[in-house]
Amino acid sequence: MTDRVPAADRLPEEREEIALTAGSVGRPAAATSASGSVAVPERPALEPAGETLTYESGVELEARSQWAYARMRFFRHRLAVASLVVLILVALVGIFAKRVAPYAFDELDLNNITAKPTLDGKHLFGTDLLGRDYLSRVIYGLRTSLWVALVVATLSTAIGTTIGAIAGYYGGAVDNMLMRLTDLFLVLPFLAVLLVLSAFLGHGKPVRVAFIVALLLWTFLARIVRGVFLSLREKEFVEAAKAAGASDLRIIVRHILPNCMGPIVVTMTLFIATAILLEAALSFLGFGIDPPTPALGKLIAEGESQGLESWWLVTFPGLVIVIICLAVNFVGDGLRDALDPTQRRTRA
Amino acid sequence: MPSAEPILSIRNLTVEFNTEDGVVHAVTDVSYDLAPGEVLGIVGESGSGKSVSMLSVLGLIPAPPGKIVSGEAVYKGEDLLKMPKGKLREIRGGEMAMIFQDPMTSLNPVLTIGNQISEAIQTHNPRTSDDAARERTIHLLELAGVSFAERRFDQYPHEFSGGMRQRAMIAMAIANDPSVLIADEPTTALDVTIQAQIVEVLKTAQRETNASTILITHDLGLIAELADRVVVMYAGRVVELGDVYTIFNSPRHPYTVGLMTSLARVDMDQEWLEPIPGQPPSLITPPPGCAFHPRCTLSQGRARCRTEVPELRSFSDGTLHLSACHFAEELAAAPVLTATGSENR
Amino acid sequence: MLIYVVRRLLYSVVVLIVASMFVFWGISAVADPLAFLKQQPTASQQTIENITKRKHLDEPIPVRYVYWLKDATTNGFGTTTIGDRPIMPDLKRVLGHTLQLVIVAELLAILIGVGIGVYSALRQYSAVDYTATTFSFLGLAMPVFWLALMLQVLFVNIYLWFDVRIFYTANLSGVDPGGGLHFVLDRIQHLGLPWLVLMVASIAVYSRYMRASMLEVVNSDYVRTARAKGLPERRVTMKHAFRNALIPLVTLVALNFGALLSGAVVTETVFGLDGMGLYFINALNRGDPYPIMAWLMITATMIIVFNLVADIAYGYLDPRVRYD
Repeated sequence: MTDRVPAADRLPEEREEIALTAGSVGRPAAATSASGSVAVPERPALEPAGETLTYESGVELEARSQWAYARMRFFRHRLAVASLVVLILVALVGIFAKRVAPYAFDELDLNNITAKPTLDGKHLFGTDLLGRDYLSRVIYGLRTSLWVALVVATLSTAIGTTIGAIAGYYGGAVDNMLMRLTDLFLVLPFLAVLLVLSAFLGHGKPVRVAFIVALLLWTFLARIVRGVFLSLREKEFVEAAKAAGASDLRIIVRHILPNCMGPIVVTMTLFIATAILLEAALSFLGFGIDPPTPALGKLIAEGESQGLESWWLVTFPGLVIVIICLAVNFVGDGLRDALDPTQRRTRA
Repeated sequence: MPSAEPILSIRNLTVEFNTEDGVVHAVTDVSYDLAPGEVLGIVGESGSGKSVSMLSVLGLIPAPPGKIVSGEAVYKGEDLLKMPKGKLREIRGGEMAMIFQDPMTSLNPVLTIGNQISEAIQTHNPRTSDDAARERTIHLLELAGVSFAERRFDQYPHEFSGGMRQRAMIAMAIANDPSVLIADEPTTALDVTIQAQIVEVLKTAQRETNASTILITHDLGLIAELADRVVVMYAGRVVELGDVYTIFNSPRHPYTVGLMTSLARVDMDQEWLEPIPGQPPSLITPPPGCAFHPRCTLSQGRARCRTEVPELRSFSDGTLHLSACHFAEELAAAPVLTATGSENR
Repeated sequence: MLIYVVRRLLYSVVVLIVASMFVFWGISAVADPLAFLKQQPTASQQTIENITKRKHLDEPIPVRYVYWLKDATTNGFGTTTIGDRPIMPDLKRVLGHTLQLVIVAELLAILIGVGIGVYSALRQYSAVDYTATTFSFLGLAMPVFWLALMLQVLFVNIYLWFDVRIFYTANLSGVDPGGGLHFVLDRIQHLGLPWLVLMVASIAVYSRYMRASMLEVVNSDYVRTARAKGLPERRVTMKHAFRNALIPLVTLVALNFGALLSGAVVTETVFGLDGMGLYFINALNRGDPYPIMAWLMITATMIIVFNLVADIAYGYLDPRVRYD
């Protein structure tokens, strides 16, 4: 054994020997009873003999729920947290618009029409054609837009999740039919369909607009949820639940659905931004919210017709939209990282 | 003892990774030699640093999170770790080739197998014509046991079975007659029946090229069948090194002993499998002193194990046999303790 | 492969027809294209009756649909309700203008977006990477029409202050400026801002996805194998990484096409361009089903064809998905 013999040329018998003897070190004597009935011996304790050492490597191991972990991960993103703060502030401004806005949104001041923004606090955003304080109008517009966005997000999520779950869980003909339905929506540009719907179902009131947008937006979430359901319904835990006699509804809601919560929450958040942008576009084109209800998109449209020298009429409402959407996107990103850390981290 | 110069000589290699949870000490002060023509097995659990040490020698560790803190890897007289990148690249894939663990993800899905193997040939032999490369590729595939090699040349990885893909990877690795062949868990991702076939392919590869082979695995059976010498790694360090027979018959480190006793045996009655108690340590904050001491039956709480990192000491059994344990002598003298603490011979 | 294409096309035709039925029914049921006319005291009863006869407005909706279908397939989508103006020539004209806008914007967006994405991935966390990411977030948060307006404000004010017209902010030039370089320059001047506006959102999306895709690929096992083979880094990046990373982008471009057309609608409205967008808005305001249906059918066909091409391209790039 002293010469280097290449492994490939080793005699197989030699090899087998060491393989067999590998375990011979310290093997306890086999304890079989002579009569043939196998007495199951006591399982040896799995602690090292002598002093038991438990080693803390400096990290506390505390059992935490999944949500707690997600929360922890989310708060590591400073940008997402900051954005969340911004959103909360914006929401508060919207909710307490009456208190926050310096003037009523339709309060006229005909001595002061189309005034530039001033820093002295009288008209921070300037005034419009009728002398109305623009800051107040923007605040009220923000309120409407946020409200519509939240309604849209909630509605689309509810519808999308339901339809996606049904399609994904039952599969087959039901799935086919529902997916063909969404296919119909996909062949046309989104905005075009929205415009057509608005034109013919009527627009003007925020509720109508929210309803129409939600009517189309749910298809995006439905696809995602369907995908998750399709892949999960073959898993063993579903079989186990069925074997235990759980009804379909129970399986869907209590077993599979919690696994989709990640993508659902993220998508719902992003829907808020999408809804704001769509509503703004609709209002701008005249197919969304109509006066007198203030809306950011409409404000921009009115501002446009004033001529482009009164730049503040167009700039500020849009800026508000940008800030809200940015914040929503950052939060959505943070949520995605927090709820699905298995995805490769490509940090913004 | 043959006194041939080792073809690859690694000394005091230390590799760290900067992660957001802290600095991971993947490899610490690792040293071993690879002699010409031998098969060196590197054994250890996942996270023991066995792959990382070889990847860093070849320059395949991504530099921002990873860092080679110190050490040298001398190949044919030159230190690979200090070599200019271009020169290292010439050696990589040419004189030193690597086979990876998962052939499905290790092959580019949008390129044909033939394309990928020919690429390896033509990178290191630029003047090879496409036809010549194709011929050689087909020859290599046949050598590796791929049937209908000529047709397979134009097929894509997803059209191959798992075993065939690994054969293709091996063919790719030996394409340029390497002097050093590194196989990183070559059978881990495969079915057991296929594993046996791949072992044969590896033997063929070694025979054809006479390459010195480094076999990285956690499968002791594979080591028993192929390796000449064994390096046992734990928590980024070498804990034992020696001839394969010695390691299997008279191991001198409690971890190695644990590995051997935890094997499932076909030829004996066993009531219970005896795993090594405890968990592998964190590489960010490894235990002080000997990294194995929290799980060690030999230690019995002795202070020296907790405070002092054991050095690799030599035991003269006739061949080179090193062990990093303060109380390795007790393993030979006293009966080996099992996990139950009962004495047995 | 051929069977696949034919099957897809057949399916699409069916979808188109079904969709057209829904839309036609919806529009006809809700709107009366003669409403405006009827309110005019000057419109004679005779005129109204004539139009009603001509457009079969006295018949039930399904019958009207059949007439429309006949017009759509044989007569270039027929004529407008009021004024009896042939639709096809108008549609062709505005389509041409919109295509000039959309095709150039999309090509540029792909080039720039992919370039930025790849660079950001290869130089992760660099200044360029952070800047690019910031801009893409901004781009996705901006309403298209607002960006258009902001640019207009900017350039109008530049014109007012400096009396220099860099870009036109409204209207496609009605006068044909001739061919060659002059034509190109004129187009750039007129379409420069609209192109920019359309590109922003697309670049934002493409660069982010390309970056993510590239990062994933660059850290993959097969790229590691390519490096282990000793390939020069450049070859690794181009042949192995880039090509694989590009694949998901094909799907993305296809999906984005619809959004691009929506953006075009808005952009044309803001910049007053004589294109599909403005045409559509006007038709909607008049409530006339014929031009609306024509517009929707043409647009849907474009999207269907585009998606089909994208799927075929995807199959070409990714051998795991070949259609045979």
